[in-house]
Amino acid sequence: MVETASAMPDVPLMAARGITKSFASIEVLRDVDLDLRRGEIHALLGENGAGKSTFAKILAGVHRPTRGTLTLNGAQVEVLNPIVAQRLGITLIHQEPICFPDLTVAENLVLGQKGGSPLARVPWAEMTRNARQLMDLLGVKIDVSKTMRGLSIADQQMVEIARALASDSRLIIMDEPTAPLTPKEVETLFAIARRLRDEGRTIVFISHRLEEVRILCNRVTIFRDGNKVATEDIQSFTDADIIRQMIGRPLREYMKKHGTTIGEVALKVEGLTLPGVFFDISLEVRKGEIVGLGGLVGAGRTDVARAIFGVSPAASGKISINGKPVQISDPSQAIALGLAFVPEDRAAAGIFRTLPVEENITAAVPGKIAPSGVIRRSLERVLAEDSVRKLRIRLASFRQPIGELSGGNQQKTILARWLLTEPRVLILDEPTRGIDIGVKAEFYDMIGELAASGRAILLISSELPELLALCDRVLVMSEGRITANIPRERATQESIMNAAVPRSTREAAA
Amino acid sequence: MNALGSVFLRREAGIAVMIVLFCLAVGMIRPRFLTLDELRIILLLTPLILIGAMGQMLVILSRHVDLSIGSTQGFAAMATAMMFKFHPEIPWYLGFGVAIGVGIGLGFVNGALITLFRLPAIIVTLGTLNLYRGLTFIISDAKQIDRQFVPAALKGMSTTSPIFDIPWIIFMALGTALMTHWFANHSRIGRQVFALGSNPAAAPLRGIRVNAVTLMVFMISGALAGLSGIMYASRWGFVNPSNTGFGFEFQVIAAVVIGGVSINGGVGSVLGVTLGVLLLGCVSAALPLLGIPGAAQNAIYGAVILIALLIDRSVRQRGIAALALRRVAA
Repeated sequence: MVETASAMPDVPLMAARGITKSFASIEVLRDVDLDLRRGEIHALLGENGAGKSTFAKILAGVHRPTRGTLTLNGAQVEVLNPIVAQRLGITLIHQEPICFPDLTVAENLVLGQKGGSPLARVPWAEMTRNARQLMDLLGVKIDVSKTMRGLSIADQQMVEIARALASDSRLIIMDEPTAPLTPKEVETLFAIARRLRDEGRTIVFISHRLEEVRILCNRVTIFRDGNKVATEDIQSFTDADIIRQMIGRPLREYMKKHGTTIGEVALKVEGLTLPGVFFDISLEVRKGEIVGLGGLVGAGRTDVARAIFGVSPAASGKISINGKPVQISDPSQAIALGLAFVPEDRAAAGIFRTLPVEENITAAVPGKIAPSGVIRRSLERVLAEDSVRKLRIRLASFRQPIGELSGGNQQKTILARWLLTEPRVLILDEPTRGIDIGVKAEFYDMIGELAASGRAILLISSELPELLALCDRVLVMSEGRITANIPRERATQESIMNAAVPRSTREAAA
Repeated sequence: MNALGSVFLRREAGIAVMIVLFCLAVGMIRPRFLTLDELRIILLLTPLILIGAMGQMLVILSRHVDLSIGSTQGFAAMATAMMFKFHPEIPWYLGFGVAIGVGIGLGFVNGALITLFRLPAIIVTLGTLNLYRGLTFIISDAKQIDRQFVPAALKGMSTTSPIFDIPWIIFMALGTALMTHWFANHSRIGRQVFALGSNPAAAPLRGIRVNAVTLMVFMISGALAGLSGIMYASRWGFVNPSNTGFGFEFQVIAAVVIGGVSINGGVGSVLGVTLGVLLLGCVSAALPLLGIPGAAQNAIYGAVILIALLIDRSVRQRGIAALALRRVAA
């Protein structure tokens, strides 16, 4: 089949026509036509739920299309399941690769290859030798006789790529491979992806990171609401074009500040210090005010928030709420004083994955749902319904485990939980990280509304446009100190970045 | 040998050390414990458990569990013994076919319920544990099959053989262990058992026929429980509807877990399980010798198993910690 391919260079490697997919009568993919050429890296972009992952899974045989045809090298094919896909030379690499952690790397490479009776002997020596050759070919140092369990995610992805090569895959689909990787690992991955492309293989690259798509990919296809909206060379699109295509309207429209009257000081912090982490932090947030806390990752912003909330209290310094000095050494005290803290890592610090959405919503207010000590489901449901409506949380049922919701809706659920505590001061740590652009916009609206209702908001964010669009003032931290206090009118990307870069670096540059 | 391999070997060496220390300790109190006669007694205690443990090991490797093997042993032993009683004209060695065949059938029922209805193995086999025991009472009319009905040749297999007079059943058990080792580590399907237990969700995506593999491990477990049933008749010379195989699953699962098979599937070796069986055999042989009253033996037996698991757990954690340190250093 590969020989036919080289004989017909103008025929696309894979041609999808009219691909439609429905789950339980809901169409998630509608009439998608797409050609994938030999020797290209093709990006699939779109919000979560736009259909890009479903399309990739159809190519790889994880899902069967409801309608439509796939043509590989000019011949129509039925990709019945992942095993058939593998035999046709199509490999899907998941973000966190699917592997058998207790088996060796070498075994993981060959497991699933066809041929041989069930009782056929496993050729250990040959298998290990071949696996070593593949790793050498990829130029990665992985001990193939070790089990997969000890490997980093980056190495596990390399093993998956090696597996694709072992079965001589011509089409390799990477589903958000870079999300869990360090920048250096991303570089290695990209170098290998380019090499595979230069060998004439086709790579489909799914990512949320536009800058990565721009440096790696040749062409880009954008999905929105189950439709393919565009396929173009990457050069013919600006980032703004891509975002507009993905969300259907320009982002700017979402980012507008609600008119709010700013009241008295709600949270005041003076001289907060935790040696080695942050020093002499003084700030105030007024009712109705959104104060941004910008800076580079590692500047100590989250540590300050954790200190205010009593998770890991500061060594010295004063905190007052509504003008009254307070001592906070424990989060429960902070909650009682009207503070709420939505942490950055919701998976580790926020959600109870297997519990229903409604129980996640009411988790911080047991007193409200169990006035007599016994939980009353009707009260719980009333609170949950109210939150879901206000925050526009999309869910199938109140009893659905929260782990089944999308990242954005999980984040909204956590926000809903804290809003039920009726906080006077809300600390949000990177509230929109890892969620879709569309849901982000809803979050911006909500944060604005919360401020308008008189709450004081401290917003930690690494996204400059977010700080610029939402905040009345932006504080910038660098190396554990506040280095700037910039009012909205004077805040620009440059003024924030200047204050965020560590002084030592700035001096070195000057 | 790579780092991880040495951790596994250390684990098996750990069990071996425990066996030696235990035997020396008992030997200091009762020197008779360290004699060839006593070794023979220990070895005679182990073959049934070892054979049952080979099947159970495969089941646990695939992240399931088979609680019904004691009842399967009882039913297969009873069916075979009744054949001997009511059809003495049938050659005695065909009893092996009957016992294994019955075991396969009962294992198939377990596997079919688990795969067809997607039920957890622990629940299904808890049910069949009672079902098969009840059926044993029904077919036997709750009556024991006595010594005179069990063929002498069969009983002879537990007393002697041409090789150093070591009873045949010990060789049968070792042969089963060797075959299981080959099957688990060197056959394609055996590796699929490990893969299934290591990540059940990934298995179908890699072309593993999950239902077929699951059905197979339960049929093997049943077959070996059936084999242990006829060996029970050989070893003890009778089959009793309430005693035969009662508590067998406990001994077998204990041996498998002490032998280092992860209850989460995917990790384990025949060598480790064999050593685990040997340790249990030593404990069983030592208790009466130490003059521990029968009433207390069960409690002590259970306590020894827990202690062995605790020692093993701490040894393993130190091994993993050392491995992690080495990786950080490198």
